[in-house]
Amino acid sequence: MSDRPLTKNIVDHEGPTGIARYEARGGYSAVRDTIGKLDPNAVLDIIKDSNLRGRGGAGFPTGMKWSFVPKPDGKGHRYLVANADEMEPGTFKDRLLMELDPHQLIEGMILSAYTLSADVGYIFIRGEYHVAISRLNEAIAQAEKAGYLGDQVSGSKFSFKLHVHVSAGRYICGEETALLNSLEGKRATPRTKPPFPQVSGLWGRPTIVNNVETLCNITHIITYGAEWFRQLGRGSDGGTKLFGASGRVKHPGCWELPMGTPIREILEGCAGGMADGYELKGFLPGGASTDFLIAEHLDIPMEYETIMQAGSRMGTGTMIILDDRACPVGMIANLEKFFARESCGFCTPCREGLPWVQQVLDKIEVGNGSDSDLGILEKQASFIGAIGNTHCAHAPGAMEPLTSGLKYFRDDFINHITSKSCPYSTNQSAKRGVS
Amino acid sequence: MPNIIVDGQTIEAKDGANLLEVLLNEGINVPYFCWHPAMGSIGACRQCAVVGYANEDDTRGRIMMSCMTPVSEGARFSVNADNAESFRESVVENLMLNHPHDCPVCEEGGECHLQDMTVMVGHRDRQYEGLKTTYRNQYLGPFIGHEMNRCITCYRCVRYYKDYAGGDDLSAFGSRDRVFFGRAESGVLENEFAGNLIEVCPTGVFTDKTFSKHYTRKWDLQTAPTVCQSCSLGCNTYTSERYGEVRRVHNRYNHEVNGYFLCDRGRFGAGHVNSANRIPQAGIRNSDGRYDPVDLETALSAVSDLMSSSDGLIGIGSPRASLEANEALIQLVGEENYCNGMTDNECEMHQVILDVLASDLITPAMAEVEDYDAIIIVGEDITNHAPRLALSIRQSIRQRAGELAESSGIALWHDAAVRELAQAEKSPLTLLTPMADRLDDVATHSIRLAPNEIINKTIEITNAVNDATPSSAREIAQTLIEAKKPLIVSGTSLNSPNILKATTNLAIAVAQHNPETGIFLCAHESNSVGASLLGSDRSGEALLATKPNTAIVLENDIYSRFAEGALESIDHLVVLTPLDDSTASQADVVLPAGSFAEAEGTFINSEGRSQRSMVVFKPKGDIAPSYQLLTRLAGHAKQASTLRSELAARHEALQPITSIAPNEQFRIAGSKVARMTHRSSGRTAMSADISVREKRQPEDQESALAFTMEGNQQQAPAALRTYSWSPGWNSNQSIHKFQDEVGGPDRSAVDKRPLFEQTRRLTPYDISVESEFDPGQIVILQQHIFGSDPSSNEAEEIASLIPQPYVRMNSTTASSLALTHRGGAKCRDIEMMVLVDDDVAEGCLIYPSIPATTALAGVASTDFTAIEGWTAPSEAVKASLITTDGAR
Repeated sequence: MSDRPLTKNIVDHEGPTGIARYEARGGYSAVRDTIGKLDPNAVLDIIKDSNLRGRGGAGFPTGMKWSFVPKPDGKGHRYLVANADEMEPGTFKDRLLMELDPHQLIEGMILSAYTLSADVGYIFIRGEYHVAISRLNEAIAQAEKAGYLGDQVSGSKFSFKLHVHVSAGRYICGEETALLNSLEGKRATPRTKPPFPQVSGLWGRPTIVNNVETLCNITHIITYGAEWFRQLGRGSDGGTKLFGASGRVKHPGCWELPMGTPIREILEGCAGGMADGYELKGFLPGGASTDFLIAEHLDIPMEYETIMQAGSRMGTGTMIILDDRACPVGMIANLEKFFARESCGFCTPCREGLPWVQQVLDKIEVGNGSDSDLGILEKQASFIGAIGNTHCAHAPGAMEPLTSGLKYFRDDFINHITSKSCPYSTNQSAKRGVS
Repeated sequence: MPNIIVDGQTIEAKDGANLLEVLLNEGINVPYFCWHPAMGSIGACRQCAVVGYANEDDTRGRIMMSCMTPVSEGARFSVNADNAESFRESVVENLMLNHPHDCPVCEEGGECHLQDMTVMVGHRDRQYEGLKTTYRNQYLGPFIGHEMNRCITCYRCVRYYKDYAGGDDLSAFGSRDRVFFGRAESGVLENEFAGNLIEVCPTGVFTDKTFSKHYTRKWDLQTAPTVCQSCSLGCNTYTSERYGEVRRVHNRYNHEVNGYFLCDRGRFGAGHVNSANRIPQAGIRNSDGRYDPVDLETALSAVSDLMSSSDGLIGIGSPRASLEANEALIQLVGEENYCNGMTDNECEMHQVILDVLASDLITPAMAEVEDYDAIIIVGEDITNHAPRLALSIRQSIRQRAGELAESSGIALWHDAAVRELAQAEKSPLTLLTPMADRLDDVATHSIRLAPNEIINKTIEITNAVNDATPSSAREIAQTLIEAKKPLIVSGTSLNSPNILKATTNLAIAVAQHNPETGIFLCAHESNSVGASLLGSDRSGEALLATKPNTAIVLENDIYSRFAEGALESIDHLVVLTPLDDSTASQADVVLPAGSFAEAEGTFINSEGRSQRSMVVFKPKGDIAPSYQLLTRLAGHAKQASTLRSELAARHEALQPITSIAPNEQFRIAGSKVARMTHRSSGRTAMSADISVREKRQPEDQESALAFTMEGNQQQAPAALRTYSWSPGWNSNQSIHKFQDEVGGPDRSAVDKRPLFEQTRRLTPYDISVESEFDPGQIVILQQHIFGSDPSSNEAEEIASLIPQPYVRMNSTTASSLALTHRGGAKCRDIEMMVLVDDDVAEGCLIYPSIPATTALAGVASTDFTAIEGWTAPSEAVKASLITTDGAR
């Protein structure tokens, strides 16, 4: 029993874990012990008991999500999809898991599919992850050869075919229903829920979409039990989590730590603190679409509820650090440029609202802002920023760094407008288009 | 029916409706864009936002889209809450960021839903200072203009075109704030119902090119309610005029017939009214054989002379002319000397249709077709012959999707979810046709058979209804027996009475299993059923066999319709026609008949529904409605209403035609109904080049409509309403203001008495196939939506899409005739392209029913010979795109 189950097979400079090493370290024993031997409902109960919450960002309890899948009706396929479209800026945790221990994901998917009576699985992965793509394909071939995938998994009546689907690359494909549309060959626009994918998902059939990290946890929960998993966490949430930090820290990276590890331990312990000559100004705790937090929040444990109470979201758990020498307006403008570009174009507030926000931010950043611009930003943020105002969570997520930025760094915005320049920039005239 | 509370008021909501529908039903103005009453909700535009509250104590509530919100007992909402209003205003403000504000030069202006919604939400001051996105527009064919800069990305166009109408060449491209709605490359939109994009688009992205080619503002049009003459379905239209020309046709909502949509032949075919081929003036043939234009009085007295000196006078009526015009002809020549102008074969086919309409079999209205969950179409090319019905059949196959949605607890208005759930699941649709059909993509069984085999197959299926022995026929019979509501469809396009009889026998057999069984038989022309009621017992051939020497022909191109030999005895010919045709060129006297836009008339469609078409504008010069010309010949001009009463007095069954629309005495608070809008602005400017004094408007003695902007419009009953308008709702979206519930019947629609008793029990017909078809090679005249209707062919945009002559056959037939694919073939000096297509039934030679092939009537298969070294004209390729070209 490891206290870092997800990365126990990942050893520096050893390369990816092949099937031999994976099996030697106990891999696929859960498949052999579970498939055809344990009732799927019993497995589901274990997952529910473990209190595992989705690691993709929303933190929805996995067992509960799975329990909404209707009983098999024998009328067609049921699908399990691994969401490996990891496009959240600053996030690179699933890549680590897929590149260095692909069998862990495959085993997790086999066990999940068994629990859900799914017979077809897809790993929906962004095209840029070409290393992970080739390693997953290789691992799937090995698992098929070993009898863990395909017809009659491990000699049981259960069959599971697993495919890697390489995405053309849109941020919105990380939204599970847009992912399904994309997988069907349609425009990658999110669907309205309800109906939820559990009832009418891929090609109208029951479908579960889970994040890679979530699925990787399944094997360990089944092997060591729900109680073990819950106790891995330091607070109310169970298990471990891959946390990360990027920006001007001494050692940017990604680490598996217990749920509930205080932010300060991640930032100052694992990442080694701020780089010399830089001070912490703020940070996005869980990727680009989460609200800024600032130094006063450093002692908060990284857990869904506690981060929520602090006014942000744990998201993917990978932090982006804003230092005192980078312009917060410039950073937010850059983020909004990304979100405006990645809008699917389906609903009005997101499609039209984000580019306007981006234009206003760009204007302020280069020193062309006016007094009314902050009003426009605030009005647009409330127009776009609430779940329910828009078709999906993309635009509300995009507004999180903006609304929190306006709260914590308001002086910076005002300074840009009053001084008609970016106080952080050394090349102001070029930015403003003046030569 | 749940009660909900909206802004403190309790509202009884319709079961299963979404909140937007409930609010609109209550008369509460909620702006919307992407929702459409015929297409349901997707939640894209976010315009219909309201605030929903969790319970009585919830004072903040949250924004929700009314179109995506189901209603349940006790639910609380606010439309007027400040945050709801400011959210809706923000939606328009954001939609407008890239909109060009070109309303002053936009065709949509004045009837623009975007304008209406902008005013409704109160958005006025713009804060946006950035650049606007611009797009390159595409050529989409002769009917539809494209101006993407105006787009507000509501997705209605692609949802209509792809999901509703089954088109596959219009898509959304790109993403973010650069979504482009168009084709992969410029080109003619292929779908036969593309014209509805003009009305579906809430702003001016897709516009009517035929309207735009002459500048006018929509509020300056003079409009009347009309009935489409392009086929036998009788879709309701508004036809609009300015400067004595028809400027556009658009949809007139009729809940039971065409609903919100028309076909492109109906929408763009009215250009014949303005055609250079119109007969503008009476003419008499002089001794040189040429026509001398004469005034009407001279022409009428010449006709009187011919009549009095004749040795055998007959009147040849027309299935394309109104009941009033046919009645006037009957009164002129006497019933015994009148025929309805149909051939033997046409009379026999339409007699079957009359038998069915009068029988106890259910004959659904076109809109009701959408409710049938298993359909068989026997030997009829619906999309080309009765196009609008194909759109209804496309919806019927979604019955299966509805069942699935219901079992999954998904509301039917939740369009995207229902389609996602159903995927390719569809209700059974069987096609028995001689070649590929436009409905193949939604059919579960597409069976290619020669006409005689279609009859045999239908007989087999009929026998299999009561014989459970497994067979392919039984499989199809089973789809009908197992359905909740089976529908049997056929029509006259293959010109075979036996196909109609066999189809009717099938319906009789299925109806014995299920009393819900329906049958829909497509007649051939706009008033075929009406003309049949006036005299299907005597065909044109039968009357001509009496060897009359003088004939008065009413709006009927008899030299195309009848074999030439049949007309041999005619020495003196009087022709009433709006358009120059092969019959007019044989006439001694030609009288300038009013087109549908210039003559009031009653028409009976395929479903046996009588409908009134009103005069749009006073015709130029001597042009007059046929019934007026004929009654003047009889001694004194009669009003249309008088003719109707006299007809009804003779034919008890036709009594209902007098009450389907108010007659000329009808007034609303002393006023007539205005044909012009209350915003009409250009009245004095129209003739300012001649005189700045305002001319007196012509008086309309014939109807309750007036050629002015003065009069009551809003309270007019549906049959007289000249345009759809309600305060704040200037576009066709105002229709819901005339409905008790959105998508429901018009509040003022007359509850019509059916024309037919519908009680007679039909006994199955005896069918002998051998007598009708040569078992060898069978020549089939293929109907074309653009090309097979002589009137609409005169509209230049339609004419540009008429296919080049072709002859289509399968490879076996081709090799037996030594013809090759895309090579040339010749028949009676007509050159045509050979299309070899193995989706054509064995032994069939199919050529198009278009003006260029009129001379081929009665041709035999062996007449086709190959032309060496022939190259296909490029237009032939273009035109084949718009037809079903299995070889493309």
